[in-house]
Amino acid sequence: MARTLINVPKTAEAGAVVTIKTLISHPMETGFRPGADGRIMARDIITDFTCLYDGETVFRAELFPATAANPYLTFTLRATRTGTLSFVWRGDNGFAQTETATLTVT
Amino acid sequence: MILDEPHRPSRRGVLALGTGTLAVVALRPVAAEAATRTESTAEAIRRFAGDAEIRPGRIHLDLPPLVENGNAVTITVTVDSPMSPEDHVRRIAVFNDRNPQPNVITAHLGPLSGRAALTTRIRLADTQRITAIAETSDGRYWSTTADAIVTLAACLEG
Amino acid sequence: MRRAASLALGLALAGAGNATGISAAEIPPTEIPPAARRSGFDTMSPAIQAMQRDETANPGLLWVQEGEDLWAKAPAADRPACAGCHGAADASMRGVAARYPAYDVESGGAIDLQGRINACRRRHQGAPPFPYESGELLGLSAYVAAQSRGLPIVPPDDPHLAPAREAGRALFTRRMGQLGFSCAACHDDHPGRRLGAAPIPQGHPTGYPLYRLEWQGVGSVQRRLRNCMTGMRAEPFAYGAPEFVALERYLMDRASPLPIETPAVRP
Repeated sequence: MARTLINVPKTAEAGAVVTIKTLISHPMETGFRPGADGRIMARDIITDFTCLYDGETVFRAELFPATAANPYLTFTLRATRTGTLSFVWRGDNGFAQTETATLTVT
Repeated sequence: MILDEPHRPSRRGVLALGTGTLAVVALRPVAAEAATRTESTAEAIRRFAGDAEIRPGRIHLDLPPLVENGNAVTITVTVDSPMSPEDHVRRIAVFNDRNPQPNVITAHLGPLSGRAALTTRIRLADTQRITAIAETSDGRYWSTTADAIVTLAACLEG
Repeated sequence: MRRAASLALGLALAGAGNATGISAAEIPPTEIPPAARRSGFDTMSPAIQAMQRDETANPGLLWVQEGEDLWAKAPAADRPACAGCHGAADASMRGVAARYPAYDVESGGAIDLQGRINACRRRHQGAPPFPYESGELLGLSAYVAAQSRGLPIVPPDDPHLAPAREAGRALFTRRMGQLGFSCAACHDDHPGRRLGAAPIPQGHPTGYPLYRLEWQGVGSVQRRLRNCMTGMRAEPFAYGAPEFVALERYLMDRASPLPIETPAVRP
């Protein structure tokens, strides 16, 4: 399991636009670097990140080797109701991780 | 006092450091130079936008002009848009022109996003130009560019 | 291994002199006076300063989080977790990193934070040491050190540390490697100037373990020192070598009273 740091406001007013910040530990090996033995190391990156709000996709990003190690991504969404935010990272070598957080709308 | 300006990696520079002091520093590439580009930036942009006209405006790209280490450079992209069901940003894509591969990130947004804004950290293998392009819900494309100068640390781990 | 007195360096060790840390009178003429000491943070770009300051963006916090989990986790069913003896780290570990390396009675020499964590594992947890630069050792060290974030470095008033201090000072000023450089030749004599495009920092270990963009991860001060020695064309000491612990002790004296920044971010 990769470590993640997800920052979601504890509460938001209905209709407010909130900023979500995510950080996940991952080497994002580019597939372009030689290793200690001089041979190119195989690519191993996260290729896709999705944020769902009660199951509905509200933000998605395709990632490439140009994303820095330990990917950091912030984006916004409009808070409409108290619900569950799911964060899904997928990548090479079957990498898949899901985290959830509750967004409470007042 | 800049005694040597290593704009290109994988070079050994002999740097004079003050009177009577000498430092020899090995410079290694941030990314493998040998890697050939898989696709040109123009091709990658056409794959994103098709034949549509790409015009300047509405999109903003913030990145530091001087980068101390190209391994993690914070960039922020914003687009002027009401983000309403009728008028919003559908996609934002960022491209580089000197990394081994031209794509940086492609984000999918919509009215639920509230704002068209994203921040991430990217790799820059070298001093280069970054291009950000937004597709709005009317099918139009908007672009902007920003340049970053990547300096290299003198003492890289080797 | 940890006995500073065993340093095979032929160093003249200080006698029973005053070892109560540093006072102005003791500072050699080349050393940076306390009021002029500056963290490498100050010469970083605003973008990297922001990365360190922002609790939602600092990637070093991924390691701190790992350390927090390990702190509470018993290594075996019949052995205590760190928390089993020390309780909550925010109380018990506050200020600890600001005074390490400390004197270790069992080994009779200086011990740094990583050495202390592994000694605890051996003596109290019946567990093998974590390898140097492993995620576990970096994580626990970062978690413990982060409890001192913002606190000034305070050299411990312990005469037992005098040999390590003196050995560390001698290593710092000793010319070594094929280039005949010393640590002091850059960090005492030329801080603020540039080596290539990079500013030469004063060289204070205020933020370790820290996230270095070059490493694309967190590393220890010993990794950084090995890196420096390689740059000087000197053969680096092994991880955990008493020479490194002595250098760490001297460097922390030399950095006082700058605040602890763990987990710092550096280019």
